[in-house]
Amino acid sequence: MLVDALIVLVKVVLALAWTLLLALFLTWVERKESAVMQDRIGANRASVLGLRLIGLFQPFADAIKMLFKEDFAPTFSQRALHWLAPALSFFFVAVPVIAVPFGDSIHLFGRAIALQVVDLNAALLFVLAMLSLGIYGILVSGWASSNRFALIGSLRGAAQLISYEVALGLSLVGLIMVFPSLRLSGIVEFQGGMLFGFLPKWGIFLQPLGFAVFFLAGLAETKRVPFDMPEGESEIIGFYTEYGGLKFGLFMFTDFLEVIVLSALATTLFFGGWQVPWLGAGGFVFPWGGGFKVAAWAVTLLRVLAFNLKVFFFCWLQILLRWTYPRFRYDQVMDFGWKVLVPLGAVNLLATGLILAAR
Amino acid sequence: MRKSLIVLKELLRGAGITARHFFVNMTFHILKRFGVRTKRRGAVTIQYPDERKALSARHRSLHRIRPRDDGKPSCVACMLCVTVCPSECLTVEAAEDDDPEIQKYPARFVVDLNRCCFCGFCVEACPVDAIRMDTGEIRLSASSRSGLVIPLDKP
Repeated sequence: MLVDALIVLVKVVLALAWTLLLALFLTWVERKESAVMQDRIGANRASVLGLRLIGLFQPFADAIKMLFKEDFAPTFSQRALHWLAPALSFFFVAVPVIAVPFGDSIHLFGRAIALQVVDLNAALLFVLAMLSLGIYGILVSGWASSNRFALIGSLRGAAQLISYEVALGLSLVGLIMVFPSLRLSGIVEFQGGMLFGFLPKWGIFLQPLGFAVFFLAGLAETKRVPFDMPEGESEIIGFYTEYGGLKFGLFMFTDFLEVIVLSALATTLFFGGWQVPWLGAGGFVFPWGGGFKVAAWAVTLLRVLAFNLKVFFFCWLQILLRWTYPRFRYDQVMDFGWKVLVPLGAVNLLATGLILAAR
Repeated sequence: MRKSLIVLKELLRGAGITARHFFVNMTFHILKRFGVRTKRRGAVTIQYPDERKALSARHRSLHRIRPRDDGKPSCVACMLCVTVCPSECLTVEAAEDDDPEIQKYPARFVVDLNRCCFCGFCVEACPVDAIRMDTGEIRLSASSRSGLVIPLDKP
């Protein structure tokens, strides 16, 4: 019993460390990637003892700067809520990570340890619920700031998130119809199968339209640039107008965490999670015949690596999109959500149902 | 719906362009890291204090007074530069030279960079080609205004 609790504790710490480290370096990746895209170099001056490492210390420099800034709350703000908002926002985004399977199980001291913090029965619903609750961080911050711009930002954020929640949910209903389980581990397990004997049974091949709707709605959920209504840096500054220092840093960090959570979800639901194509427990078995054996530890390692690579790819893709597109207007955001994504989600649902019934 | 699909196509094209830039530039960055010399670079950035771009031959930078062969300033204090200067940044005080061939020399020749607009009219106006703006010194900053008042007659 105690050992089990200890194992869960270690897993929580590791999962949190993974997420936070990735988010920390995602700030660096964002600066560098945008720079490379625009023929620039990007932040490369932060150094420790003259060691620059292409600016890899930049996140720490940023963090130290945030730490030493004055931590203030305006006198007209509602103190307790003002303090609570960043924490709420951060918490509800960080929590879904516990449901994500990082790999299959490893065997240590005669004990099978799943590389997943908690294997929830209805993990998919849990993750959706947590992402929806993320609205409260925005709403509370806008309300507690007693600032008109902040309030406008938070209301826009609430409207946007609620609209896109519908499309997100619709796109996942098709997935739930195809997959046998709501457990994320079960979903990933299922995606190890083969379609037509050669194609991995990944969500993207079963639900291509569903993935498009999911990813676009997910992009809107992250509140980053093409959909940055709540922030609107160029017009209303946004829901964290009255925040500074570490509290603002937490909001910014939440943005990057959302990118990671969306990447992890897209990977888990549509790109086979930790599955490596044609890699079984014993080794590779290729559909065109042949294959080779891989040791058990190497299989686990490959799978964890595959999961990480897929997550990195989606983080990269999201940053690419964020630095490619200009922002939508508010009415365009609403149009896109209700007039494009929701109908597409419904069409996807109908098509999935018809195909399933015809089979 | 149809309009959105057209927009979607263009959006995808845009992402393709930025992705292409990313991969092409990244290739050049990686090649550079491994010491491979390539014709073009991954970025157009010039990291200014560390590397400098060559100034063009016709650039205008901090003024200087061309010295005569004996080392004294070649200015004859004719005041043409002071007259032509649109921002009135030059101050020249003439003094009598012992040499009758020269007659006048500047006892004081000061340029006030707080006012100077780098038009180069003084260079054009000078009849003896004494004042020039070719020092290549473009880092003209100081922590006080008096730091930008620069005497040119001192070598």
